[in-house]
Amino acid sequence: MADKETKSHQTIDSLLDTEKTFKDRVAYFGRFLWRDRGGVIGLTVFLIVVFAAVFAPLITNQSPFDQDLRSGKLPPAWKEEGTWEHPFGTDSLGKDIFSRVIYGTRVSLMVGLFGVLIASILGLLIGAIAGYAGGRLDAAIMGGVNLILSLPYLLFVVFIATVLGRSLLNVILIFGITDAPIFARVTRGEVMRIRESGYVESAISAGARWPTIIFGHIIPNLLGPLITLATFEMSAMIFYEAGLGFLGLSVPPNEYPTWGNMLAAGRKYMTSYPWMASFPGLAIMFTSLGMNLLGDWLRDVLDPRMRRSRK
Amino acid sequence: MAIILQVKDLVTKFYTLDGVVNAVNGVSFELNEGETLAIVGESGSGKSVTMMSLLGLIPMPPGKIESGSASFNSEVGLCDLLQLSPEEMREIRGGQIGFVFQDPISTLNPILTIGEQISETLIRHKGLSKEQAREQTIKLLSQVGIPDPELRYKAYPFQFSGGMRQRVVIAIAIACTPKIIIADEPTTALDVTVQAQIIELFKELRDALGVAVIWITHDLGVVAGIAERVLVMYGGRPVEIAQVADLYKSPKHPYTLGLLGALPSLEAKESKRLVSIKGTPPDLLIPLKHCPFAWRCDYAFDRCWEEIPPLISVGDKHQAACFFDIEEGGPHHD
Amino acid sequence: MGRYFLSKLIQSLVLLFGVLFLVFMMVRVTGDPAALMLSREASPEQLEALREEMGFNDPALVQFKRFMSGAILGDFGNSLHFKTPALPLVLERLPATVQLASVGLLMAIIIGIPIGLVGGFTPGSVVDSVGRFVALIGQSVPNFWLGLMMIIFFGVRLGWFPTFGRDSWNSVVMPAFVLGLPVMGQLVRLTRSAVLEIRGEDFIRTAHSKGLEPRTIYLKHVLRNVSIPLVSVIGVQFGYMLGGSIYIEAIFSWPGMGGLLEQSIGWRDFPLIQAIAVFTSLIVLLLNLLTDLAYSIIDPRIRYGR
Repeated sequence: MADKETKSHQTIDSLLDTEKTFKDRVAYFGRFLWRDRGGVIGLTVFLIVVFAAVFAPLITNQSPFDQDLRSGKLPPAWKEEGTWEHPFGTDSLGKDIFSRVIYGTRVSLMVGLFGVLIASILGLLIGAIAGYAGGRLDAAIMGGVNLILSLPYLLFVVFIATVLGRSLLNVILIFGITDAPIFARVTRGEVMRIRESGYVESAISAGARWPTIIFGHIIPNLLGPLITLATFEMSAMIFYEAGLGFLGLSVPPNEYPTWGNMLAAGRKYMTSYPWMASFPGLAIMFTSLGMNLLGDWLRDVLDPRMRRSRK
Repeated sequence: MAIILQVKDLVTKFYTLDGVVNAVNGVSFELNEGETLAIVGESGSGKSVTMMSLLGLIPMPPGKIESGSASFNSEVGLCDLLQLSPEEMREIRGGQIGFVFQDPISTLNPILTIGEQISETLIRHKGLSKEQAREQTIKLLSQVGIPDPELRYKAYPFQFSGGMRQRVVIAIAIACTPKIIIADEPTTALDVTVQAQIIELFKELRDALGVAVIWITHDLGVVAGIAERVLVMYGGRPVEIAQVADLYKSPKHPYTLGLLGALPSLEAKESKRLVSIKGTPPDLLIPLKHCPFAWRCDYAFDRCWEEIPPLISVGDKHQAACFFDIEEGGPHHD
Repeated sequence: MGRYFLSKLIQSLVLLFGVLFLVFMMVRVTGDPAALMLSREASPEQLEALREEMGFNDPALVQFKRFMSGAILGDFGNSLHFKTPALPLVLERLPATVQLASVGLLMAIIIGIPIGLVGGFTPGSVVDSVGRFVALIGQSVPNFWLGLMMIIFFGVRLGWFPTFGRDSWNSVVMPAFVLGLPVMGQLVRLTRSAVLEIRGEDFIRTAHSKGLEPRTIYLKHVLRNVSIPLVSVIGVQFGYMLGGSIYIEAIFSWPGMGGLLEQSIGWRDFPLIQAIAVFTSLIVLLLNLLTDLAYSIIDPRIRYGR
């Protein structure tokens, strides 16, 4: 717009940035927040969960492991027999539910983060190879991927968990491996799309070398869809962990509190002491909702096609 | 010649989150029966939006037609297109005014046969039965040069090549023998050789049917082959209207001059640099109180920055919106 | 069209083989399937007896052949818990699961798609915002937890529905609703985005430029295109609902295959688990095949193998 400036005249009525007042800027920012309110909420939820996981000991002074049979089955603090020492009440063995929910964030986050890490790295490698190689190798790999994807996921997760036994590591491994196909499929799609679009060819013919192509062209385009996918899958994994815990296939409750095994324990007492299962369930819902919102927002923001039309 | 469409002072704006886009800022022109008028301009000049506004094809939340009139000599008499009710508008669209759009692959519904897509216009506007429409469609298909029309009736768009698809789109446009066909960059998405074929087809059909054509394009090269008159648009405004020959021989607006200079010519005696117009098109978000082309103009002087130049007559059936007289080398004498 | 179907059929058969292989392998992955099946306190003699009985000492290839030939005929051995053939036990439970999944899917379709349609045709409206919000919640709520909550609230406190079992006609309502809720949410969002996307397509503009009646445009042009992704999702989801109802059936004590699976896990009854796994996969594969078929009928591009 250099021409504009050099030939500018007092009669040009354009909106110059310096004329915006502070109030205008706040309003502009506020509009952003409102437009992206999904993402804002999602991010906030995510940060709260992370905060809870990291600063758990600071948030609650109760230990999630202490059994106190005298204070067993106490209801939440706002009910008659409840106390504020145990804001969410206690379970059948007297363990404080609030602290167990807070400490449970650690397991959920670990399962989510590491599970997605494993799944994405595995999936990325497999998908990239398939997408780039094409031909028979691609067909073979994708055959395997589609096999795993077309099976009733839950069934096999449960099956594998039954066989391997209960531990946090197993859970993470299972999710990592069974979720890898989804990442593989997305990666392969993107790699193929990029490969067939002109600019990789032009980059090559312009003399770009492998590292440049991979890191400068392919990976930036992969990041968007992968980050979005990772967010959704993290949310799903937290879900599935809860599900496995519910069936008694996740971490045993004495070892560490997870929202899943809290649900399982509380199931027996649903009618008489419903809060035991309600709070972990709410925690799951809260986290899942937040991450889904975050994923939705990321998808809108990171999709280059959408970026233009957002203006 | 009788005037079939007369547009006066059309103003269309889009109210978006980022501000008000002044897409069309006072466009007026006439179209005679059977005449071919080309509307030329770069992206963002408002050429497509103008025509879309006339037929209610712009999305009416962000968009709004602020003012103007468009009197159309329809089958039932004179009417103002901008004042019609939705039902009346639907009668005219497809029936008396046909459309040819730019990209044939996305313009056709991928899961319906092409025969069906042509027939539905006939059924809608001419009240034909399915059988009659089918027969008529097959005739149309051969008229636009598609071989084996009976077989092709049941084919799907993806089974055709780009040029063939565009022929199908043309068939849809002429199906109900409209009075006007609006073609919005119909050959831009096609190969050059196919372009020529489609232009030829257009000319044949136009001559055979006597239909008036508005041909929207950014390519001045195409214009010469098909148009009788040309309207040049810039920044949502008309800047020059002339008969084709006059426009090429003696362009009166600096923008037109620039456009012509940017055309590669086979007759250049020495190798000449292709002149591109410096600068970029105006930001339509900013309402202007001066000539929209002033920034990029080699001839701009004070008056150009103080008023918006109106269309003034500069020759026989020739108007230009400019205060400067290029040939004289100085401002016009009013 | 025939070729397309045939290739899909062959793909499914290959997948089925893969499933059988996986199921076979999984039980043996720890090296000692007998130890897996008996409780920890089992004595070495008991373990050896089981190995003999189940043929775990035979060479791997022999075991595999035995397993495969048995599986094709529907013979998965006897359930450890019931001591009767495994597959018939599973088949016995099939109708209940099918009923649950069908009703759940129906609810999801009847409620979800119309809301999505309204949202797509009037984005930003109240119905749209509320619909999307509810959809989001529906997809984020852990269904087992929701099931528990609903039992307490609607079953115990309000007494509207029975809280377990399959005895009366309205027993299916709550479990089906909980099972169908995530799918409902997905359908709302998918329908909405499909409608919005299709409406913005050029060929819809063409339809308008032909002066067609709005009703024609919506039905013939918009909705028919929208149904393509919908059919695909519905088919796949139905398969998942059939295979993944384990939690719902557990909570509501619904006598279906999922409930049986939960119990078998507790009993470590692997022949039964295998039978359930294979049979459920078979159903899912069948459904995928049917979905592909339906898909190819609606979308001619698939049919003609572009």
